[in-house]
Amino acid sequence: MASLKDLKNRIDSVKSTKKITKAMQMVAAAKLRRAQEAAEAARPYAERMAAVMANLSSAMSGAPGASKLLIGTGEDNVRLLVVMTADRGLCGGFNTNIVKKARERIATLEGEGKTVKMVCVGKKGAEQLQRLYGHLIIDAFELSDHKTITGATAQMVGDKINALFDAGEFDVCELVSSEFVSVISQKPRAKVLIPAKDAIDEGVDRPDLAGALYEAEPDEETILNILLPRYVNTVILSALLENVAGEMGSKMAAMDNATRNAGELIDKLNIIYNRTRQAQITTELTEIISGAEAL
Amino acid sequence: MADKLHFDLVSPERRLFSGDVDHVVVPGEEGEFGVLPNHAPFMSVIRTGAITVLNDGSAEKTFIQGGFAEVTPEGLTILAEEALPLSEVDAAQLAQDLSDAREDIDLANSDEEREDAIAKVAKLETIQAALG
Repeated sequence: MASLKDLKNRIDSVKSTKKITKAMQMVAAAKLRRAQEAAEAARPYAERMAAVMANLSSAMSGAPGASKLLIGTGEDNVRLLVVMTADRGLCGGFNTNIVKKARERIATLEGEGKTVKMVCVGKKGAEQLQRLYGHLIIDAFELSDHKTITGATAQMVGDKINALFDAGEFDVCELVSSEFVSVISQKPRAKVLIPAKDAIDEGVDRPDLAGALYEAEPDEETILNILLPRYVNTVILSALLENVAGEMGSKMAAMDNATRNAGELIDKLNIIYNRTRQAQITTELTEIISGAEAL
Repeated sequence: MADKLHFDLVSPERRLFSGDVDHVVVPGEEGEFGVLPNHAPFMSVIRTGAITVLNDGSAEKTFIQGGFAEVTPEGLTILAEEALPLSEVDAAQLAQDLSDAREDIDLANSDEEREDAIAKVAKLETIQAALG
């Protein structure tokens, strides 16, 4: 049986664990709020961008010489998966869920006879995918050198993807990231990023021009060619921001659970501690009494 | 009340301005243009420079780097890559940054670094010109 001292030590250690998880939960809560604000602040830009793109693409998609980023290469042999996870663990099933989704996609796509390539954003995803699908990973980014996610972070990833596309490395690009449903619920999802046309056509309300036509300066094609890479960056940025919010939400829930578990464990250990102490006192008393009786 | 132009200025990180104004002057790729209420639908790429927002006789300048302007019947929207209200710029700090950046050109170890530094100087010079 564990001695009283051992029990005491154990209680102390669980108590300090509880303090740490409690602190982590509060940090996550604060970061979550900031992440949500950042995601909120980025939304108008993304929305306007999508609206502009929708307008331009409907005018341009039929035209020859339309950018390949918009209409695609016309083939679907090589898929690039951009897997976005967090850089840190201790956030429940957040990273695992995204990786699981990525694995599913890889299995489906390879089943269809397509070649899959991967770009990992975030350390955890790269680590988890490395073992099984290491040969598919063509590039990996870590987010830890970026304290906050900004346009520059998204640009770093976006530039890489655009460069790969220009080099003809893939036909279709999919983003695998986490959708922030609510603070307690994040869903992994995969969505098509390139060709942009498929992504844009879904649910964008176009401004009513009352029959008037846009005048463009310079011409539409030039604008579109400038805008498309930016559009890619914008989508990546919103996905990254949403991911951070999801990570923090998930971390908060995980740490809340851990804190509660630690509390329960402390209660249990306390009961055991008290019982053991009581048993010891009783034994000592019995020994004294029987000793006295023997005299 | 005279017509007002609804104007939104958004950068990827935040919404800098949203409201009704009289007149906005935008540095377009092919020359500056002014947007008044009831402007025809129009879109243009923006070059690095300052936009001027005129409202009730006061003018406010915002530095923007790269971006895109769209005029719809609802108003004007500017999607800026990077935006910085000139009221937030400190002239002394700017001069310091500029001289630092110029030194960086000479100190650069690679062509890449040098190009970065040159781009930075050009950007800071534009801000300074807009400020002056």
